[in-house]
Amino acid sequence: MSGIALALLVGAGGSAAMAFVPARLAAWLGAGLAASLCAFYAAHLGAVSTGAVPAAAFWGVPALDIAGGLRLDGLALLFALLITGIGALVFLYAGSYMAGDARLRRLLVMLGLFMTAMLGAVTADDAILLFIFWELTSLASFFLVGTNHQSPAARKAALQALLVTGGGGLALLAGLVLVAIAAGTTSISGMIAAAPAVLAHPAAEPAMLLVIAGAFAKSAQVPFHFWLPNAMAAPTPVSAYLHSATMVKLGVYLLARFNPLYQGVALWHELLMWAGLATAATGALLALRETDLKRVLAHTTVTGLGTLVMLIGIAPELSATAAVTFLLVHAFYKAALFLVVGIVDHETGSRDGAALGGLGRAMPLTAVAAGLAAFSMAGLPPFVGFVAKELLYEAKLGAGPASDVLIVLGFLINASMVAVAGVLSLRLFLGASRPTPETPHDPHWAMIAGPVLLALLGLAAGSMPALVADLVVEPAVRAILGRPVAVTLKLWHGFNLVLALSAATVLLGVVLFLAWERIVPGLRRAEAIDRFGPARFYERLLAGTISLAERCTGLVQHGHLHGYIATLFAATAIALLGTLAVRGGFDAPAFAFGALDPRALALVAIVVGVLATVLARSVLVAVMAMGLVGFAVSLLFLLFGAPDVAFTQFAVETLLVVILAAALVILPIATRDDRAPRRKLADAAVAILAGAAVTAVLLAVLATPFDPRLGAWFGANSYPAAHGRNVVNVILVDFRALDTLGEIMVLAIAAFAVVALLRRARTGDAR
Amino acid sequence: MRPSLILRTSAPMLLWLSLLASLYVLVRGHNEPGGGFLGGLVAASGLLFHAIARGPEGVRTLLVLHPVQLSALGVLLAATSGLPAFLGPDGAYLTHLWWFAELGVTLPLGTALLFDLGVYLAVVGMAVAIFIGLLEWKAARAAATEGGE
Repeated sequence: MSGIALALLVGAGGSAAMAFVPARLAAWLGAGLAASLCAFYAAHLGAVSTGAVPAAAFWGVPALDIAGGLRLDGLALLFALLITGIGALVFLYAGSYMAGDARLRRLLVMLGLFMTAMLGAVTADDAILLFIFWELTSLASFFLVGTNHQSPAARKAALQALLVTGGGGLALLAGLVLVAIAAGTTSISGMIAAAPAVLAHPAAEPAMLLVIAGAFAKSAQVPFHFWLPNAMAAPTPVSAYLHSATMVKLGVYLLARFNPLYQGVALWHELLMWAGLATAATGALLALRETDLKRVLAHTTVTGLGTLVMLIGIAPELSATAAVTFLLVHAFYKAALFLVVGIVDHETGSRDGAALGGLGRAMPLTAVAAGLAAFSMAGLPPFVGFVAKELLYEAKLGAGPASDVLIVLGFLINASMVAVAGVLSLRLFLGASRPTPETPHDPHWAMIAGPVLLALLGLAAGSMPALVADLVVEPAVRAILGRPVAVTLKLWHGFNLVLALSAATVLLGVVLFLAWERIVPGLRRAEAIDRFGPARFYERLLAGTISLAERCTGLVQHGHLHGYIATLFAATAIALLGTLAVRGGFDAPAFAFGALDPRALALVAIVVGVLATVLARSVLVAVMAMGLVGFAVSLLFLLFGAPDVAFTQFAVETLLVVILAAALVILPIATRDDRAPRRKLADAAVAILAGAAVTAVLLAVLATPFDPRLGAWFGANSYPAAHGRNVVNVILVDFRALDTLGEIMVLAIAAFAVVALLRRARTGDAR
Repeated sequence: MRPSLILRTSAPMLLWLSLLASLYVLVRGHNEPGGGFLGGLVAASGLLFHAIARGPEGVRTLLVLHPVQLSALGVLLAATSGLPAFLGPDGAYLTHLWWFAELGVTLPLGTALLFDLGVYLAVVGMAVAIFIGLLEWKAARAAATEGGE
């Protein structure tokens, strides 16, 4: 098996192993696992940068034309490195952050599974495989956001994240299936190769919009941006990992992955560009309304994601370079800042940006890490953030007619990012120290290692941009554009318009930072933002769905057995008669009267049984009479050459009579039939209707010419293929074994439900 | 409901006879009328008689496992019986494998038998679970009313 397929199995196996060791050890195991996977992927850097694309066979369902397979191109490699590298730091951090917490081990296992699913999603070269891993990350996110499951807010946030990203996932599935149909393959590289056919398909545009919807929901683009800040109910390591560095970027990844397919389509570019810009602006505005530092970071993450989507939307190749560089930069500084805020929260007991300040003296290392990361976020030289910001402005300047709007809004967005960076570094760590719930100090090294390392990486990448360009950025850009490009990253571009823009951005950012204490309450008072957001729409939709479901359930599940049975039979009768009516009536089979077959005497027993059932005064007698009908029917089966069915019918009838008789003795059911005459008439009508419908359908079936092919095939193949002479049983256990498996599952579930119901009724909390 | 002397005396015989018969029906099912579903029903009828004669406790001690567990075990057995198929050359789930053991006579053994055994257990567990669930519910209700009075 090839290495990149093995990496996924190692990830899954390692995560499972974490469940069986003590939590403290599990954190080390997870960090080691992620670090070794990171080293494994890093070993591919050289080959991939020179144009090699390792591929491997992985899963696949030939019967359904699902190709399966993995592929590690520059884009996948960049993501894999971020996932495993940041993953290792997050495992270390989580082990210390939640030390002693009973939920730690479960969280670590979930993080490991999440990491594996992410790796699968970014290395998958098959749309269906990608979708499966995509949904696994949504599921992992649900459990991780809901880590603190005793808090209703956390549960609600977890559900919201699942519903929004899961709903987007459904759209994505529909889109991918449409694209796969158009391309004639589920392989993603195959889809890109078949781009003309995909774009010429009549459903090309809906398919593209569905794919975009899935990506937007996952990457929290407007109007789906509201779930991300709420997902901050998760513990900080989870927020840093899933909701900033990796999972939310999966939508961006998908758009980048499909960019070679759609890069000629005007709607694709327009939609991504404007939606991305709107998202970035929304995030920036909302970030300035918050003082909870985690939510501030969540909103700036929304801004970052919007920027990335916008850059994919802007057509020329410079923007792809800008997107990849910004992705890298954002992963470094945002994860570092999240981890820093987690440390501050952990050590001081508060993460209210308005109440904290001057922590630098008590926690110098944390302050340094935060400062380095924040400078990169603000786009100051010599950090890699500066390189990214220069590229960002250059890309916008080259965006054609839209560039004016992009530049002006982008300028405001970037300035507010500078202000937020200032709040997270200067304000938090410098100045007069303020009282905190707990005495602050630098944390355990396992917690500080992550932010320091990530911040230093931001500095290192900024100081040697050429190396980063060759090894990481260029191969990824090649994958996004689908053709080779020359990428040069430089720290110093000379004095030009872009540099002037950068300087002006920092200046405005400083002004905003100084006015931060006044801006936040000012924006908070604008409550209109809360009232008309899509979050309200989500709440209404959810509440409406639940109340509709409740009303439907109340209507159908009324709790009266008599009504259930009447509904069941009436519905069956109507469905059968309706089918006959739609098919234009029915033909009765041809009858030929001849000598009476003695076997027909069994019918007499049936008629007698039916009459006795109907006329019986006592329910017990009716049950016995029903038994007679059943036994007579099985006699008929026996006489007409279906011994298996007859045998089963005998056994079922016996059990039925025993159980019913016992139930009548046990249960408080009136043994006398005391229905009102009107009720009896209604029941009789339903019974006659159902009987007539079934009779009509049976006659219609008999009138249709019998197609013996199935029977003949099973008869011929039963012994040679399945070594059994009893065709019925061979069908049950071999040819159609999956159906039987489903049926016995239903049996087991029914038994489980009945036992649970009876137990509840016994303990008296039945409703 | 106190069972009659005749029922109490004949119950063990009915039980073992029907269990034996059910196994016979199960095993012969591949070539003659029978099979896991039918065998399970026959076994269940014996166990239900036993439950009437000796009470639900008698059946519980006899089965060791909770009947719902028995049912779930059956599903598990049937589901896993399809896995060895992947060892084969063109394995599709639930394609049964066969092994014809030569022990003087040829003994046809296959994963299909395991599947059928799973069906058998699922059916027995389901029927017994529901029936003794009812009996125990009745007993608890009776105890509660006596306690209330």
